[in-house]
Amino acid sequence: MRKEEVPQDRGIAGGLKEVAYAVDENGRYVKVASAGWEPKNISNYQAWEIIAGEIAATRRKVEKGELSPLAYHMARNLMDDALLAQYMGIMRWRVRRHLKAKIFKKLGNDLLERYASLLKVTVAQLRDIDLVDDPEIPGRDRE
Amino acid sequence: MKIDFEHRQSAHCENGATAGLISHYGVEISEAMAFGIGAGLFFGYIPFIRLNNLPLTTFRTAAGSVFKRVTRELGVKIKSRRFRDQKLAMRVLDETVAAGIPVGLQTGAWWLPYFPDAYRFHFNMHNLVVFGKEGDDYLISDPVFPEPVRCAADDLRKARFAKGALAPRGKMYCLDEVPALIDFPAAVKGGIRTATRAMLKYPLPIIGISGIRFLAGRLEKWPAKLGEAKALLHLGQLIRMQEEIGTGGAGFRFIYGAFLQEAAHHLEDDRFFEFSRRMTAIGDRWREFAVRAARNCKGRAGADDSFPAMAEILREIAAEEEKLYTDLAATVTS
Repeated sequence: MRKEEVPQDRGIAGGLKEVAYAVDENGRYVKVASAGWEPKNISNYQAWEIIAGEIAATRRKVEKGELSPLAYHMARNLMDDALLAQYMGIMRWRVRRHLKAKIFKKLGNDLLERYASLLKVTVAQLRDIDLVDDPEIPGRDRE
Repeated sequence: MKIDFEHRQSAHCENGATAGLISHYGVEISEAMAFGIGAGLFFGYIPFIRLNNLPLTTFRTAAGSVFKRVTRELGVKIKSRRFRDQKLAMRVLDETVAAGIPVGLQTGAWWLPYFPDAYRFHFNMHNLVVFGKEGDDYLISDPVFPEPVRCAADDLRKARFAKGALAPRGKMYCLDEVPALIDFPAAVKGGIRTATRAMLKYPLPIIGISGIRFLAGRLEKWPAKLGEAKALLHLGQLIRMQEEIGTGGAGFRFIYGAFLQEAAHHLEDDRFFEFSRRMTAIGDRWREFAVRAARNCKGRAGADDSFPAMAEILREIAAEEEKLYTDLAATVTS
């Protein structure tokens, strides 16, 4: 890749410029700042769209009462039950129980507060997902 | 407390942290040299390890290996430590920095507030260097960022104790002793020997040159075997791994090209300029592969972008890389 060919396709990286390696007019390697590259943007959006789709699907299930709000926050934080259990320092089966709407409703304040702080929401938001928006796909608005 | 530590943006975090720490002790070494001496160049297509339910492809060696190999090749003594106790981990960090020693940390990306959303994954192999503390903020040289950054103590603690696969468990490392005289030609040769051996002779068909060929064979059959939609997801994952932040482009091939150029100077051997040119051409082929793959993902594939055509590019790349590594290996053994 030649220095002048280093792509500057803004997208997934937002404003962050990464280092790309390219050769200058004398054939010498130099570091060049790159705002992004379209093939990379395309493949990353592909991955984010799947994630966004899963988050939206989880929201619908919570709204229907099939899952507890915790399931939504877990998906929103790109976690699965195993990772969430590790962060909470509790057994995985307990997290799985908390994903059930009925059981979640009975959870004590202590657990709710720990979940909320870990998932970066308030206890009210943890209980009611209408109070939180689905995350945006990074850099998408710049397209 | 602020150590006079020179921040340099790098393509990759581990190369950058390694090069930064070593350069701090007066032994000037670039990211590309760290990557080359550390024998970071690699290829592996590992279908039974899944990432987002898709096969893992890697263009570099396991995380941590570059730091380990570079310091070993250069004769640098290191201190590395993990912690159970989070408070102790932060105290030891503070004490070390207060003693004027820059500290490398392994962290999870998820908890670093200065990361852009696109890179905030539960990814636990990020590396950064702490070079100071002001009030409650750590001063951090994060190699993938253009400027030094700040991070609140509590966020950094969480990042050091991120959970999940390859959890850092508070890992910190610093240099203990850097020799005054370093035999760069020997280190360069050692790095080339290790990398070419892995690429040419690794006894597994999914690794190195045979791994690229193996991938070509699999990729050709993806549409028939997985269906169109799933085949495109596999393709997308492949581009992401190849062009991920930190690769410097073309799955580390360009960084290695830069290393070969520096190697020409250290070894006083002009043939390495030609090797570097060949590496650049190979990198360009990888980029071309990514362009075609992305056109497929976007639904704009032309006749030249079929799966067999892409597999053919991979086979040509494999042939070129095989020739190059064979020639390189010959120069360092003779």
